[in-house]
Amino acid sequence: MREILTGYWGKYKDSLILTPIFVLLETVVTLALPTLMSNIVDVGVATGNRRYIVICGLLMTALAILSAVSGYISTWNASRAANGFGANLRSAMYRQIQEFSFADIDRFSTASLITRTTSDVRQLQMAVQMMLRTFIQAPFQLLVAMTIVVSYSRKLALIYMVAVPLLFVGVVTVMTLVDKLFLRVQQKLDAMNADIQENLIAIRVVKAFVRQRYERQKFKKANDELTRSNLKAVGVIIAMSPLATIVLNAVTLCIYWFGGRMVATGEIESGQLLAVISYLNQIMMSVMMFSMVLMQYTRSRACGKRIAEVLDTVPDIQDRPDAPQRTIEPSRGSVEFKNVSFRYSRTGNGEDVLRNISFSAAPGQTVAIVGGTGSGKSSLVNLIPRFYDVTEGQVLVDGVDVRDYRIRDLRDGIGMVLQKNVLFSGTIRQNIAWGKQDATDEEIIDALKSAQAWDFVSQMPDGLDTHIQQGGSNVSGGQKQRLCIARAMLKKPAILILDDSTSAVDSDTEGRIRESFSRELAHTTVFIIAQRISSVVNADKIVVLDEGGVESVGTHEELMKRSPIYRDIYTSQVEEALSNG
Amino acid sequence: MADHGKSIWAQLKARLAVDNVDVNDEKIYKSGGRDFRKPKDAKGTLIRILGYAGKNKGLFVLVLVMMLVSTGCTLAASYYLKPLIDDYIVPLITQQTKDYSALARQLGILTVIYLASAVATYFTSRTCMTLAQWATNALRRDLFSALQDLPVTFFDQHTHGELMSRFSNDADNVQMCLEQGIVQFLSGIITFVGTVALMINLSWKLFLITLLTIAVSFGLVRGVGRFSKILFKKQQASLGTLNGYIEEMLDGLKVVKAFNYEERAKEDFSELNDDYRDNAIFANFLGNIIFPTMNAIMNVCYAVTAVLGGFMTLTGSFTIGSLGVYLNYIRQVTMPINMMSNQAINLFSAIAGAERIFAVIDHEPEPDDGTVTLVTVDRAPDGTLTETAKGERTGFWAWKIPQGDGFYAFREVLGNVRLEDVYFSYVPEKPVLKGVTVWAKPGQKIAFVGSTGAGKTTVTNLINRFYEIDSGRILIDGIDVKDIKKAGLRRSMGIVLQDTNLFTGTVMENIRYGKLDATDEECIAAAKSANAHGFITRLPNGYDTMITGNGQNLSQGQRQLLAIARTAVAKHPVMILDEATSSIDTRTEKLIDRGMDALMEGRTVFVIAHRLSTVRNAQAIVVIEHGQIVERGSHEELLEQKGRYYMLYTGQSELD
Repeated sequence: MREILTGYWGKYKDSLILTPIFVLLETVVTLALPTLMSNIVDVGVATGNRRYIVICGLLMTALAILSAVSGYISTWNASRAANGFGANLRSAMYRQIQEFSFADIDRFSTASLITRTTSDVRQLQMAVQMMLRTFIQAPFQLLVAMTIVVSYSRKLALIYMVAVPLLFVGVVTVMTLVDKLFLRVQQKLDAMNADIQENLIAIRVVKAFVRQRYERQKFKKANDELTRSNLKAVGVIIAMSPLATIVLNAVTLCIYWFGGRMVATGEIESGQLLAVISYLNQIMMSVMMFSMVLMQYTRSRACGKRIAEVLDTVPDIQDRPDAPQRTIEPSRGSVEFKNVSFRYSRTGNGEDVLRNISFSAAPGQTVAIVGGTGSGKSSLVNLIPRFYDVTEGQVLVDGVDVRDYRIRDLRDGIGMVLQKNVLFSGTIRQNIAWGKQDATDEEIIDALKSAQAWDFVSQMPDGLDTHIQQGGSNVSGGQKQRLCIARAMLKKPAILILDDSTSAVDSDTEGRIRESFSRELAHTTVFIIAQRISSVVNADKIVVLDEGGVESVGTHEELMKRSPIYRDIYTSQVEEALSNG
Repeated sequence: MADHGKSIWAQLKARLAVDNVDVNDEKIYKSGGRDFRKPKDAKGTLIRILGYAGKNKGLFVLVLVMMLVSTGCTLAASYYLKPLIDDYIVPLITQQTKDYSALARQLGILTVIYLASAVATYFTSRTCMTLAQWATNALRRDLFSALQDLPVTFFDQHTHGELMSRFSNDADNVQMCLEQGIVQFLSGIITFVGTVALMINLSWKLFLITLLTIAVSFGLVRGVGRFSKILFKKQQASLGTLNGYIEEMLDGLKVVKAFNYEERAKEDFSELNDDYRDNAIFANFLGNIIFPTMNAIMNVCYAVTAVLGGFMTLTGSFTIGSLGVYLNYIRQVTMPINMMSNQAINLFSAIAGAERIFAVIDHEPEPDDGTVTLVTVDRAPDGTLTETAKGERTGFWAWKIPQGDGFYAFREVLGNVRLEDVYFSYVPEKPVLKGVTVWAKPGQKIAFVGSTGAGKTTVTNLINRFYEIDSGRILIDGIDVKDIKKAGLRRSMGIVLQDTNLFTGTVMENIRYGKLDATDEECIAAAKSANAHGFITRLPNGYDTMITGNGQNLSQGQRQLLAIARTAVAKHPVMILDEATSSIDTRTEKLIDRGMDALMEGRTVFVIAHRLSTVRNAQAIVVIEHGQIVERGSHEELLEQKGRYYMLYTGQSELD
C-alpha cells in the first residue's frame, strides 16, 4: 500500500505538495474569523471604539477573500493530483496486465483483472482525493481551534479534551461495525445480481421450462436477504448521526453552564464565550471528518492490496534477456515436440494435461490433432506460440526452442485462431487488419475471400466499414469464426493454428475454406483441431490424443489400420453413413 | 494536458464551450455516477414511487410530523443562545450574590429540546430507511416479476447490461431518494425558511445584508452547477468509454497476445486514460470550487454583519446574545442552499430512473390468451380420459379444451405437430420463413438441415411460441398453439437450446430444474440416459458439485450433456434438440445417441444439427434454404433425389 501511495504521482508531485499547503492556509484564515469577531464584541463594543470595529471588519473581509483564493488553489491542485495519480496507477496496471502470460490471466481471471483496473483504482483514487485535503486539514483545524480555546480558558478547553476522544473512538467503533455489516450487504448484493444476470441470460430456458414462478421465488429470497442485511447496516449508520449530535449538545450545555458561570464571575468576556461556541462546530466536525477519512483509508487498503497483487506479479513468461532477434521465414516453420509434458498449475501437484508428447511437422505440412473432449488438444497447440511454457521437454520451431525466441518474433510468425475467439468493437476492416496493420483493402478482401467471409461482408450495407459490436455480438457464430480466420490468414504466417475454429461453419463452407488454405498457404505449416472427421482426413499427419498422451501418429490410411480410437471416431461419423447411403 | 498557469482558464473555457455528450447513452452510466436524463412525467412518477413507500399512510404522516419536530427543535435550540446570554448570563455579571438556579433551569429546558431533537431525528431516519428499503425491495420484485413475462423479442432488443442497470443504478437512485433525499429536501426548506424568519425577527436591517448574500449564493450554486454539469457529463462519458475499452481489451487479452497487439493496445489506452484524467481534473475542480466560494461569501457577510451588529450593539438597539445567534445563523442559512440543490438533482435522477423501471414493468407481457390447458389424466381401458388431482403424475397428458358451456373436452397429448404455410420475420419486411409447411406425426423424429442462418432454429422457436408468426398456423394435436395457455404448451415440450445455460447450484439441482419434484433417483437416471453420469461422478463432489458462472468449471461438451439430462428428466411428449450435441465429440455423441434413442422413444422429436451423421436416422429430414423448405424425405429418399441434401451429404463423404 505504501509503495502504491508513494510511487505513482509522476509529474503531479508539485500538486501533491501544494494541496496541503493551501489547505492549511485556508484553514488558518477561516479559524481566525471567530477570534476577530470576539475582539469586535469584547474590545470594540466594550470600549465604543468604532474605528477598531471597522478595522477588524476589513481584516475579516480580506481574510475571507484570501481563504477563497487559497481554497481555489488547493481545490485545483487536489483535483489535479488525485486524478493524475489515478491515471498513472491505472496506466501502470493496464501496462502490467498486457505483459501477463496466459497462466497469469487464468490465475487472476479476466473479470477480476477488469475490476482491479477499473473500480479498485477508482476507489483508491477517491480515497486519495479525500485524504489529500482532510488528513492534514482536520488535525490542524482541531489543533488551532483547541489552542485558541485554551488561550481563552483552560477550564472550558477541558470539556473538549473529554469530548474529542470520546467522539473519535465512538465514530471509529461504529464505522468498523458498519464495515463488517456492509461486507455482508455486498455479498448479498452480488448474489442477487448473479441471480438476475443468470435469469436474463437463461430467459429462454426459464420460459421453455415454464419456471417463472420458481424464478420469482428464488429472486424474492435473494432480494429479501439483501434488504434485511441492508437494514442492519444502514440502521447502525443512522444511529450515528443523532449520537454524535448528543455528544455535541452535551458539550454545548457544559460550555453554557461553566462558561456562563465564568462570564458571571468575570473570568472570561461574553464575546469570548461566543467565540468558544463558534469553534464548537469546527472542532467536532474536524473530529468526525478525520475519523471518516481514517475509515476510508482502511477500506481502500483492500483495494490497494488487490492492485498491488497485480503490480507485483512477475509475468511468468518473459523474453530471455539474451534472446537474439530471429524471424521465422514464411517459407519455413517446422515444429517439433520433444518429450513434452505439461500441467497448468506450476506449483501445485495438478494433473499432467499432456504427457511425454513427441512428434514433428515439416514446413508446409498440415497436421491434424484429434481426440475426445478434454484430451489436451488445445493445451498442445497453445505451447507453440508460448502461451504456456512446457513443464518438461521442448517445443522447437525451426530447430530452436520457443523459449529462445523473443516472444514478439515467435508470435509474429504464427497465426492463431483461438477456440474462444473475440472480435473487437470497430469496423470489419479494423478487425481484420489486426493480422497486418498496414494492410490494403485488397489484401483484406483477399483474406476475407479465402476465409469464405467476403460473401456476407460484401452483402452488408457498409461492407468493410460495417461496425462490429463489442464481442462481435451482431454477427452470427459462423460469421464470427470466418472473420477470425480471415484475420489470421491476412498475417500470411509461417505457422497457422486453428483451434476448433470452424465448429459453427457448415461443412461445405468449411470445405471451401480448407481448399483455399491449400491453395494460398501452401508453404504454411497448419495445425488443425477439429471435431469433424472430414476436416482432418486429408492432413499430412494426424495426431491422435488420448487423455494427454499421443495414442498414434500417421496418415488417415495408416491410422485406419493402426489406431482403434481413430477408427472409432471415423466410424461414428462416416462409415455408417456410407453403408446407409 | 492539464498544466498549470494561465492556460487553466483557457482550457476550462474550451471544455465548457462544447456540450456534446449524449445523456441518453446507456453506456455512460455503466460505471455509476449521476444520471443526467430528464424525467418525462415527474409528478406522476413521484406519486407512484411514494405509493411504494407510503403503503402505511399513518406511518408516512408520522414521519413528516417527526421531521417537523426534529427540524423545529434544532432551530429552537440554536435560537436559545440569545435569551441564554442576554437574560441569564449577562445579568449575572452585575449580580452581587450569583444565583445560577435560573440558568440551570434554562439549560434543563435546552436539554429536553436537544433530546427531543435527537429522538425525532433518529425516528425519522430509521422509519425512512425501513420504508425506503422495503419500497425498493418491492420495486425490484415487481421489475423482476414483470421481466419473467416479457416476450423473447424484448430480450433481443435490450442488452443484459441495460436491464441490469435498471436493478442496480436506477433502483439505487430511487432508494437513495426515498431514504434521504425527500426528507433532507423538505427539512432543508424548513430549516431555511425557519432560519430566515428568526433572522428577520432578530434584526430585519441586518437581514437585508444576509438577503444579498443568499441571493448571490443561490445564483452561484445555480450558475456553477450549470457549468459543472457539462464537465461532469464529459467526465462520466469518458470514464464509460475508458472502462468499456479496458473491459474489451482485457476480455480479449489472449487474442491481443496472439497478434502481438500489446503496444497498440497500450497506445489506445493511454489516449483514453489521459482524456478521462483531464476531464476529471476539470470536472472535479469546478464541482468543488463552490465550497471555498460559498465560504468566502458567507465569511464576508459574517464580517460585515459583525461590524454593523457591533455598531448596533453600541447604540443599544441590539444585544450581544442576539449578535451571537445571528452570526451563527449566517453560517447556517447558506448550507441548505447547496444541499437542496444537490438533493434536487438526486430527486430528478431518481424519478428518471423510476420511469425507466416503470417502463419495463408496464411493458406489454407476451400474449397468452389461450384457454386450452395441459392436465394429467387417467386413461381408462376404453380410452376415456379423466383429469387427475393436481400434482399426481400418471404419465398421461391431455389437452383440456373448454367447450364454452362450462364443460371440458379432453384430448390426449400425442405430439402431432403441424406447421401450415408459416410466414415469419424478426424485423418487418425481412421474412425469415416464407411459407413453411412441416408436419410431424406422433413419435416421429424430424430433422432440420440447412446452412447457417437458413431458419432452422427459428422454426423450433415458433412451435413453443417464443415468437409470434406473421401468418399461417401451427397446430399441436389439431389445436392451434395460439389457443393453448403458454405454460401448458411449453410444459408439453422439452427443449435443449443451442446455447446451454446452467444455473448456480449443484449438478443435481440443475438437472432437477427440468422437473422440480423429481427424486434424486430420477435425476440420476436422466443423467445416465444422457451419458452424463460418468463425468458427473468424476467431479470433485459428484452430483453435489457446485456449478457457478453458467458452468465455467465445465467444458462446453459437459454443459451440453447436463442440459440434455435436464430435459430428459421431465419426459415431455415433444422434444426439440437445437444443436444439442454440437460441442460433444463424435464418440461421446454416439454413446449419448443410444441413451437418446431410449429418450425419444414414443415422442415427437425435432432435431437440428450441423453434423449430418446425427440426423441420418430421422424419419423425415427437412432441408431449409433461405427460409423455405427445399426438400423433405427420409435419408434414403433424399439421397435418391440427388438434390440439395445429396450434395451436402456427399460434400462430406467425397473427402475420403
